[in-house]
Amino acid sequence: MTSDKAKDYWSRNLRLVLGCLVVWFAVSFLFGILLVDVLNTVQIGGYKLGFWFAQQGSIYTFVALVFFYASKMNKLDREFDVHEG
Amino acid sequence: MELQTLTYIVVGLSFALYMVIAVWARASTTSEFYVAGKGIHPVANGMATAADWMSAASFISMAGLIAFKGYDASVYLMGWTGGYVLLAMLLAPYLRKYGKFTVPEFIGDRFYSRTARIVAVVCLIVASLTYVIGQMKGIGVAFSRFLEVPFEAGLFAGMAIVFFYAVLGGMKGVTYTQIAQYVVLIFAYTVPAVFISLQLTGNPIPQLGLGSTMADGSGVYLLDKLDLVLGDLGFAAYTEQKGGTLNMILLTLSLMIGTAGLPHVIMRFFTVPKVRDARSSAGWALVFIALLYTTAPAVGAMARLNLMNTIQTGPVAAADANLAYADKPQWFTNWEKTGLLKYEDKNGDGKIQYYNDKSESFAETAEKAGWKGNEMVKVDRDIMVLANPEIAKLPNWVIALVAAGGIAAALSTAAGLLLAIASSISHDLLKGTFKPEISEKQELMYSRIAMAGAVLVAGYFGLNPPGFAAQVVALAFGLAASSLFPALMMGIFVKRINNKGAVAGMLAGLGSTLIYIFLYKGILFIPGTAMLADNPSGWIMGISPGAFGAVGALINFAVAYAVSNATEEPPEHIQHMVEDIRVPAGAGGASDH
Repeated sequence: MTSDKAKDYWSRNLRLVLGCLVVWFAVSFLFGILLVDVLNTVQIGGYKLGFWFAQQGSIYTFVALVFFYASKMNKLDREFDVHEG
Repeated sequence: MELQTLTYIVVGLSFALYMVIAVWARASTTSEFYVAGKGIHPVANGMATAADWMSAASFISMAGLIAFKGYDASVYLMGWTGGYVLLAMLLAPYLRKYGKFTVPEFIGDRFYSRTARIVAVVCLIVASLTYVIGQMKGIGVAFSRFLEVPFEAGLFAGMAIVFFYAVLGGMKGVTYTQIAQYVVLIFAYTVPAVFISLQLTGNPIPQLGLGSTMADGSGVYLLDKLDLVLGDLGFAAYTEQKGGTLNMILLTLSLMIGTAGLPHVIMRFFTVPKVRDARSSAGWALVFIALLYTTAPAVGAMARLNLMNTIQTGPVAAADANLAYADKPQWFTNWEKTGLLKYEDKNGDGKIQYYNDKSESFAETAEKAGWKGNEMVKVDRDIMVLANPEIAKLPNWVIALVAAGGIAAALSTAAGLLLAIASSISHDLLKGTFKPEISEKQELMYSRIAMAGAVLVAGYFGLNPPGFAAQVVALAFGLAASSLFPALMMGIFVKRINNKGAVAGMLAGLGSTLIYIFLYKGILFIPGTAMLADNPSGWIMGISPGAFGAVGALINFAVAYAVSNATEEPPEHIQHMVEDIRVPAGAGGASDH
């Protein structure tokens, strides 16, 4: 791989990771802790929304996030032809 | 059938299964011993990782913690799962690409420094040993409570089992046994939760039951009911925040980066065939962990509600609304025997009053009713999961299953930790540093001896637990968060970090975290040497010692960056190596040099 291509691959990877980490931060630290009182004014079934994010929603989002990242990276690997045989 | 006979049968069957797997999955090469020959399917590895990660603490203690802390315990739920996001994106695929056997080996190679490797070995051994002591104690407790054998006998039985399959099978044997242990533990955890959720809400899925209305026809939501019941007795509302926000954030962050930096978790990702398997395997691990972690809040809330309702059977302060001590259920008597539950009839009425006697607003009601203080003087929160099926009057086979599940959780984590310790001793210290001339066959023998030694040391500490065993858990996470995680991450993401920067960063992160913990817990945990009061008002800016790991990690990043930029660039071949691990192509099989 040429060094330009390698740089491009790496910066696309970094952008993807950064995007995922923004979501990671939002569902846990933001919705689950910092904004918990505001979100708790919304009720979904028996759950207050902020409480739900802290004890349920953040965990579901983490799972989805890891699989999203894995599939995006697999695509990126093939696009740059750096995937394994 | 009688509970005890049933428990013997269920636990005995699970042990027989582990033994069969051990004989079938023997290791014959160092690669099989350290990384299971890099042939584990990503889903299977995810399951093994989940069992490896979820210890006696996750299985037994976490729901109890949630039951008594309510919303505030969310830090553990988010912290111990969010770490896998970091692991999947920042470490696992790259370390798999690098393709070596241990975590210190990567640090030593990347920072071309024997000092860095040895600092990493020390962190790994301290963190893992701390952890394993707790597991050993958990095994002993589970045995002594459920099989009614002495604590020591239970511990020896547990040691013998781990010894057998870990020494024989190494990573290969441990992995396949962990898969079986995951199945046992998740079954044992969810079955009672489903039953209890059905009883209370009519909804069989605990995650939904927690957000449903009560099945008693009142139409009240379970969580609202719990807030109400607790509020009536002067306790804080379950769903409301009680601790400081900054501390919650830092504790969550520390647990996340600590999780991602724990060597026994990281090395599980060395066992999959490909880089892309390492990415998806982290996702599978999180799926299997989430099954338990999203059930735990339901278990905690429902156990608390059942406990309150068992004791306070009617309206607060009504004449006949408190359980009479003479009518106490069997589980109450059983746990009283262990000393983890204590009752004291303060007002001499023969009934049990369980309320918050520190609440000022409730004091008047209590006085009018003739209550003289909270009479449940001790309710150890660790008993909640184990007592839960009994409190909910579930059949005996469910209770037997919970015993087998608790033991499976403790055994699987202990084995993973012992393997991390043994491989860093035989591979990093002997083969890598002091005796590089030994052959593969000799190294395999040394790793088996190191494993046997680690089992014995862990067993010794399990029998004679040092007084500080509980306090040092914060230390294990602090070490992983403040030293190992930043070094690994910068090793991959910042090419400019050199040997001096990495070593200075690790020592600064480690040092500051140690100092902060020692300030509150005592120097080397020796009682009486603590310099500041270990409570929220004594903590600097409200940061608890367990939450300092995140700050230590920041210090590590900053120091490593500054020192590296002030000194020379890393050599050419190291920079090439970093470029190489950033792309998946060309990941080979196992190699040890």
